[in-house]
Amino acid sequence: MAGPVIELEAVGKRYGTHAALDGVSLAVAPGEFVALVGGSGSGKTTLLKTINGLVAPDAGQVRVAGEDVATVAPHRLRRRIGYVFQEVGLFPHMSIAENIAVTPSLLGWDKARAAARVEALLDLVDLPRAVAVRAPAELSGGQRQRVGVARALAAEPALMLMDEPFGALDPLTRDALGADYRRLHERLGLTTVMVTHDMAEAVLLADRLVVLAAGWIVADGSPADLLADAADPEVRALLEAPRRQAQRLAERFGV
Amino acid sequence: MSPRLAAAVERLPEYLAWHVLLSAAALMLGVAISLPLAVAAARNARLRWPVLAAAGLVQTIPSLALLALFFPLLLALSTLSEAVVGRGFSALGFLPSLLALTLYSMLPVLRNGVAGVEGVDSAIREAADGVGMTSRQKLLRVELPLAAPVIMAGVRTAAVWTIGAATLSTPVGQTSLGNYIFAGLQTENWVFVLFGCAASAALALVADQLLGLVETGLRRRRRALVWTGAAGLVLGVALALLPLMGFGRPATYVVGAKNFSEQYILAELMADRLERQGARATLKEDLGSAVAYRALAAGELDVYVDYSGTLWTNVLGRTDNPGRQAVLDQLTAELARRDGVRVLGSLGFENAYAFAMRADRAKALGIGSIDDLARQAPRLTLGSDLEFLSRPEWKAVEAAYGLRFRSATTYQPTFMYRALAGGEADVISAFSSDGRIAADRLVTLTDPRGAIPPYDAVVLVSPKRRDDPALIAALEPLIGKIPVEAMRAANYSVDRDAGKLTPAEAARRLETDLGL
Repeated sequence: MAGPVIELEAVGKRYGTHAALDGVSLAVAPGEFVALVGGSGSGKTTLLKTINGLVAPDAGQVRVAGEDVATVAPHRLRRRIGYVFQEVGLFPHMSIAENIAVTPSLLGWDKARAAARVEALLDLVDLPRAVAVRAPAELSGGQRQRVGVARALAAEPALMLMDEPFGALDPLTRDALGADYRRLHERLGLTTVMVTHDMAEAVLLADRLVVLAAGWIVADGSPADLLADAADPEVRALLEAPRRQAQRLAERFGV
Repeated sequence: MSPRLAAAVERLPEYLAWHVLLSAAALMLGVAISLPLAVAAARNARLRWPVLAAAGLVQTIPSLALLALFFPLLLALSTLSEAVVGRGFSALGFLPSLLALTLYSMLPVLRNGVAGVEGVDSAIREAADGVGMTSRQKLLRVELPLAAPVIMAGVRTAAVWTIGAATLSTPVGQTSLGNYIFAGLQTENWVFVLFGCAASAALALVADQLLGLVETGLRRRRRALVWTGAAGLVLGVALALLPLMGFGRPATYVVGAKNFSEQYILAELMADRLERQGARATLKEDLGSAVAYRALAAGELDVYVDYSGTLWTNVLGRTDNPGRQAVLDQLTAELARRDGVRVLGSLGFENAYAFAMRADRAKALGIGSIDDLARQAPRLTLGSDLEFLSRPEWKAVEAAYGLRFRSATTYQPTFMYRALAGGEADVISAFSSDGRIAADRLVTLTDPRGAIPPYDAVVLVSPKRRDDPALIAALEPLIGKIPVEAMRAANYSVDRDAGKLTPAEAARRLETDLGL
């Protein structure tokens, strides 16, 4: 089996006196779907952003596909990595097609190839092709995030980083989009690291949960394993929360 | 159409062309400088404060002063460049106006540029980083396009300011729509003043509307609007500049004039005579007193009329009064030696400071000279123009005659004559060639002690034209040929309230009357 896609070695990051990351080490294998979970201020977003260079760590080393990210020009690194975040950040002055094709155009793809890619991606994320000429402001929140996912996938990255990607959507849209993305992950053979504060989402989508607290990894494993043998009571409480919720829901619906 | 309106319309193509050229060039230069500065300031907090503060400071300098400041600065630079590379440049006219207006146009573009770039949503910046844009690509593809409407709003403000302030470039020798306003103010030709204001306001409005079209187009992402606005601007500028294709050929002679009627008339007279010799001549009017002599010495004017006493005190720094002919002789020798300037000769009249009284009142009080005046002064009121009481001439008269008035009031010249007519002032500080002396039946008092220096109107020729045969042939016949009565009548025909002549008409009439 190939080496890990992502390797973090004793990565630290401080903001003033506050340690957002305090010596984190982590390896992610190709094809894994990892959810980074933890409360706010636990360091999960900071960790994610060290991977594509949006945050430069002040200790340790981050390697992507074996390459130390500190030695790569950040824009080259990011063109190889898909990035999706809660606010989506579609460029309001560009059409949907231009938004999706932005990384291909930075990479110098020819027009025909980029146009074909836009159509394929719209199909992939279940959007009608007609939206290609629309402006971002004309789309619903769920449609915008589908465009966000399509834009991240445009240059055919093998690695996707997602920062609470579905956090701002209504529950139905969120559920549908999460499930759709999980299928894409399988179909395209992606490696995905997703930050979320929603345990149910993490458990439903990811193969592996990495739990952070105060800049440390406090638990790491598959949902089932963690529930079985996590020693830390807080981690157990965190993991049991969705199960308790599911049970209560079942009781109330009288199933 | 009234003749004054017709005269205004006739000048419009030339004035408008220069005004548009100056404003458009200053605006483009201002935007070209302030846009990169704004981007740098938006990205670097340490740069932001000094840049915006400096631009704000420029804005607090009165625009007329800013224009005036560039003249001595450029003159010094030109002298330096002449010494170093053997070639100077014109410190008068277009260059100082362009530089001052460029500075003036920068603040709104800078402010809006910084605000526009900073105002881009942080999520959009993060997305730009996330998709792999370099810092430069982020600026060009995301930040600037999104800031464009805000920047355009700044450009609109700058355009309106620049077009308005460009009217002030007239006193530094740049033709603009301000020529109407400055000339109109001096000759009390309100048609000119209003015409100049209206033309400049209309120009500002049109530019604002076209730039507004571009701004709206950028805001609504409607390319057609952007192109319509831009095409309108380009077309408008091109059309306005059309007349300059003809004026563009360098004039053979540049005739200067300070900012009052007598100067306009004499400049028109000299230009007219040069053109009848087959030469081309252009006027640079409304020059400041100090600007005019320096511009002549630097060769930017070829010829203008100044007054011996002014040159004596201001250029040579003398305070004595050796007599009319001696002043003229020494001036001729000194200006030639110092600056290479040729004093072609006196036109034959003086425009001196003189004490003037109503004839009936002078007769009743038995006053004919300043000596007589000094005896009765403690019971009389002096009306003077705004600067007379602070000038060396007044100090000299005061000391020589022991003049002590009951009270003294300063007036704008028009109102000074009205005050004398109405009896609010008993005696005023007049100019001896002022047409109103004859029209209001005033007498000027003699100066038996010679305290007031002579103010012979003299024709000055620049160093490079000092032996120019065409110029000498055209202007030499004027020397000694204009009596003060003729000049007064000509001045009055321009200054009076009813049946005004333009300075050009007055010049032609003067020539005919004197048979020149």
